[in-house]
Amino acid sequence: MKPTKALIVLLVAGILPLIIKQDYYIHLLILVLMWVIIGSCWNLLAGYTGQVSFGQAAFFGIGAYTAGILHTKLEISAWWGMALGGWSAVILGIIIGYLCFRLRGPYFALATLAAGEILRLIANNWVDFTEGMVGILIMQTFSSKLPYYYLVLGLASLCLGVIYLTMNSKLGYYFLSIREDQDAAESLGINATLYKNISLAISSFFTGTVGAFYMNYMGFIDPSVVFALHDISIQAILVGIIGGVGTLWGPAIGALVMVGIQELFRTAMFGLAPKWVSQGHAMAFGVLVVLTILFMSNGIVGDWSKIKRIFVKKASQEVS
Amino acid sequence: MNIFKAQDLVKYFGGLAAVNGVNFQVEEGEIFGLIGPNGSGKTTIFNLINNYYPLTSGDIHLYDQSIKGMKTYKICKLGIARTFQVVKPLARMTVLDNVTASAFCRVNTIKEAQKLAMETIEFCGLAAYKDHRAKSLPIGLRKRLEITRALATRPKLLLLDETAAGLTPKEMGQAIELIKEINRRGVTIIIIEHIMKVIMSISHRILAINHGQPIATGTPEEIACNPQVIEAYLGEEKNA
Repeated sequence: MKPTKALIVLLVAGILPLIIKQDYYIHLLILVLMWVIIGSCWNLLAGYTGQVSFGQAAFFGIGAYTAGILHTKLEISAWWGMALGGWSAVILGIIIGYLCFRLRGPYFALATLAAGEILRLIANNWVDFTEGMVGILIMQTFSSKLPYYYLVLGLASLCLGVIYLTMNSKLGYYFLSIREDQDAAESLGINATLYKNISLAISSFFTGTVGAFYMNYMGFIDPSVVFALHDISIQAILVGIIGGVGTLWGPAIGALVMVGIQELFRTAMFGLAPKWVSQGHAMAFGVLVVLTILFMSNGIVGDWSKIKRIFVKKASQEVS
Repeated sequence: MNIFKAQDLVKYFGGLAAVNGVNFQVEEGEIFGLIGPNGSGKTTIFNLINNYYPLTSGDIHLYDQSIKGMKTYKICKLGIARTFQVVKPLARMTVLDNVTASAFCRVNTIKEAQKLAMETIEFCGLAAYKDHRAKSLPIGLRKRLEITRALATRPKLLLLDETAAGLTPKEMGQAIELIKEINRRGVTIIIIEHIMKVIMSISHRILAINHGQPIATGTPEEIACNPQVIEAYLGEEKNA
């Protein structure tokens, strides 16, 4: 996508909440933007560098808890977490990367899966430090949703901008080379371990920062929310797969689709369907992933030309 | 002057000696051939040189520097590039991107890397395919992409592993010309090859190995007449 198109998207996103005004829809947009960041971070690591993470919740949660604990223990504003949450996620990432990136195969995926679960258990049980299952409650700074919206919009733009610049530099070429063939990459002078760690650092930084944002925005976290395996780690993967793995805008589209579906089911089709429908959002999402993998394995953005062809064909048939 | 020296290379896989006591030296500007029957340890020697497998014992020098135990990517930075017998293209990237990725070994900006990549692609005759995805290329062009990619790292020493295998006679002629031209531009080459026509016509010196052990060194003519080499390839002469 050209920079001008990106600017138009940004402009529309900037004006949108001023037009729709209702808090409920602005809340949904904030969720979408959060998922744009989480999905894009997963995509940088898995889609571009080939290192599939099953534990983005570890980075998200540690960012959120950094913000929360700064407030409860040091009694400073949780907004400091926005500055520090990303870095605590990077430190966690370096530890995981140091341990796992020298190995090949599924070890990284397994280790990230474990890291998320381990951190959840620690947060549950280290009550003195994390308040345990009771969670952390803070007063939100703004009663209006708009400041949060523009903050997360700025963060999402920054995140996509960084990923765009990264992928159009030496780093991007190296990430793709490692994804395609690590042996070939190393024999071409690429320090695969180092560049996998760089990819992980960028990915964990933004995921951690958005975790800290979540703390400030929602005002409440507990271990089962921010270290959630299915609600964060797995959904990050689903956002990436549905939108398009290894594409810049894929996770953004995926986030839009996912939040839309989730909301549609949570409200039981806006109250039009029977109540039990609201239980089905996980299943609906599962079905969507299966269909995506079967019929457009490159996701919505990756297979856009294929999708367009189907509709163009239909339109031309209707005309004739 | 010796650009490259391999001393007493030994590699054991478990109890099996894949390479056992191989010595050779390569002069600067030379094309050095490495031949031997299937499974004799030729590719393993390449894998030892760029530390894809660690040496069991022995030592390897580039100029006067020992490169034993160095990381694979560092050996490439020092100036030893290789191709793979079973080609390893970066499948979902274009030819230009494949070569650009390796050109970053010497330059840092994307502009310089693409320029260096384009020069190398043109030199190797792949310009018409620069926007094709690597996985869409036929085997002959994939083999050439391997060479192009290795060359874009601006090596002093190039290791070619069976780059002529599976090519048509016409492609083979082009490959021979390309290898000679690379050599004329000052790159020292070690080449593994099964096809005698190729190896005999381009090598200055040849080392023949069998069961991981050296059996003869010499000019192509000497090697072709060496009874041990003939025995390794064709079997023992029957005493009637």
